[in-house]
Amino acid sequence: MEVVDLQRQSVRELNQFLHHDAVSGKVQALEVLNPDGAHNIAVGVNTPIAIAIRGHAGYYCAGMNKHASVTIDGNVGWGVAENMMSGTVRVKGFASESAGASAHGGLLVIEGDASLRCGIGLKGGDIVVGGSVGNFTAFMAQAGRIVVCGDAGDALGDSLYETVIYVRGRIKSLGSDAQVEPMRETDYAAVGELLNRAGLTHDPMTFKRVASARQLYHWNADANQEY
Amino acid sequence: MSSKLYLEESAGYDRGILHYIQNAAATGLYEFRGLGAKRALPSFDDLVFLAASISRYPLEGYRERCTTNVTLGTRFAKKPIELAIPITIGGMSFGAISANVKEAFGLAAAEVGTSTTTGDGGMTEEERRASKTLVYQCLPSRYGFNPDDVRRADAIEVVIGQGAKPGGGGVLLGKKVSPRIAAMRTLPEGIDQRSACRHPDWTGPDDLAIKILELRELTDWEKPIYVKIAATRVFHDVKLCVHAGADVIVLDGMQGGTAATQSVFIEHVGIPTLAALRQAVDALEDMNMKDKVQLVISGGIRTGADVAKALAMGADAVSIGQAAMMALGCNSEWYTQNGEQHSARADYEELGTAAGYCHQCHTGRCPVGITTQDPVLERRLEPAVGARRLRNYLKTMNMELTTIARACGKSSVHHLEREDLVALTVEAAAMANVPLAGTHWVPGAPAA
Repeated sequence: MEVVDLQRQSVRELNQFLHHDAVSGKVQALEVLNPDGAHNIAVGVNTPIAIAIRGHAGYYCAGMNKHASVTIDGNVGWGVAENMMSGTVRVKGFASESAGASAHGGLLVIEGDASLRCGIGLKGGDIVVGGSVGNFTAFMAQAGRIVVCGDAGDALGDSLYETVIYVRGRIKSLGSDAQVEPMRETDYAAVGELLNRAGLTHDPMTFKRVASARQLYHWNADANQEY
Repeated sequence: MSSKLYLEESAGYDRGILHYIQNAAATGLYEFRGLGAKRALPSFDDLVFLAASISRYPLEGYRERCTTNVTLGTRFAKKPIELAIPITIGGMSFGAISANVKEAFGLAAAEVGTSTTTGDGGMTEEERRASKTLVYQCLPSRYGFNPDDVRRADAIEVVIGQGAKPGGGGVLLGKKVSPRIAAMRTLPEGIDQRSACRHPDWTGPDDLAIKILELRELTDWEKPIYVKIAATRVFHDVKLCVHAGADVIVLDGMQGGTAATQSVFIEHVGIPTLAALRQAVDALEDMNMKDKVQLVISGGIRTGADVAKALAMGADAVSIGQAAMMALGCNSEWYTQNGEQHSARADYEELGTAAGYCHQCHTGRCPVGITTQDPVLERRLEPAVGARRLRNYLKTMNMELTTIARACGKSSVHHLEREDLVALTVEAAAMANVPLAGTHWVPGAPAA
């Protein structure tokens, strides 16, 4: 396994190694030591590689990831796995704001809690949060699925498009145009599959489904200030 | 025979305001429209050049060289953008305009040696293929945004705001959300699409600095990072762009266009391009960053004279949007299809407008095939025809620019300077910080 120690090498050297030297299967696994909250660790990776980050990471860890499997043994700052296209990102601790923002694909697992706006603008990726999520989770989320094993804060799913959210705990409030809907067989199967991939063992029967009421899909005078 | 009819229109409640009130009362919805501000605003028209005479020496207009090239992104990027002319094509979304228009822009820009820019909704194959130099926008919506397109772009532009709608998000009404647009944006077909007004993964200048670093890391520090802002609190915002690490600042003034937004935004939010440019240059000079961070100004640039005045005031380049569409035929009564001219009058009438007055971009029913996704209408703009017209327009503007520069004695258009300008109005003198014509008076400047 290759090792990059960020006490001795820069984030730029790490990323350039990942972009050039580690492509096409030349490196199967990489360990990043002493991340110490550095920003932009493993950004723009475009190759199947297992990256283990041994500690806390700052903003945009694994941003725009494609193909890679990234594990963070700690907490992460804003925008972990933002705009991810594919692959897997697992945060063993907690995630700050905008986790998985605009992700098009792949799976983001946050074993702890996620802060505000988790899954904002989601475009097809899947997110599983082992703990709770903050306010405005899934704001304007367009596609993909979010599983929340704990509670959800205010304005869950505000201005949702087609993302579906599953919540096991309490929902403090729903955002504009979001509604709780009955769970169907396909929903139980989806939750079960995502929990299984995340390594979590909750009963899918204990989750609620939140999706768009689709009342804001067309401008209308009765929507008042909800746009 | 004298008529008894006497019509006295109210200045406060003229026919425009009456139409607005009655429309609002009937629908309960605000008006959307395209293009930019229609009200009269202080502009580059209010400035004139003091060409060479005895105290300055002009260059021979047809023989002596006057260079127009410009390099953008010299601050941090390993591969700055090299342009032959300082007139670029600004960001316009595929969705707002057709794929044919995107291709026409790319072909024309490549031919004259300038850049084009993507828009909300991502990068089309047509524009990437046609454009030699393509700037890829990173917008709040992130519709269609992906790392593969970041890597194949020539520069990245983080869009904070747009002059036509500072502080507002985009809108694409359902008629334009075609199957291809919907797929690119990951949206249901036919919905009235809203775009976010704030980026999803950062707020504030310190976050923006980290976001820019992310884009630099992704591109191995090769590509210039532009930051585009709308003209509001320009002096402070430009400083914050510099702080955040921008290579290039794109400043879009109030006259800038849009494919669709609320009329109230277009006419009442933001400041004119003329005033904004002066504040931006002040900010860069205050930070000793002039010429280190390049400044691109947009919003109502129409002629070579506008370009010359913008450069004289301190811009490194300009960007055009509405004017590029008009070169292709926006607001023309005619369109050319299969080598023949056709009248679009009936289509304008169906929209309740006429050539010269149209701002119906938001409807998707563009009579000349520019701001549409309709398969019949979009064929009215053929890429090769549009590209030829835009190329001609860009070359004309560039020749006008060098004509003025030579007359002012400059061997490069970038040697034009504020000292070459005077203002025709007190307002323009104050905004541009140049003397009122025929005087030494600069309103607002400390007494000498």
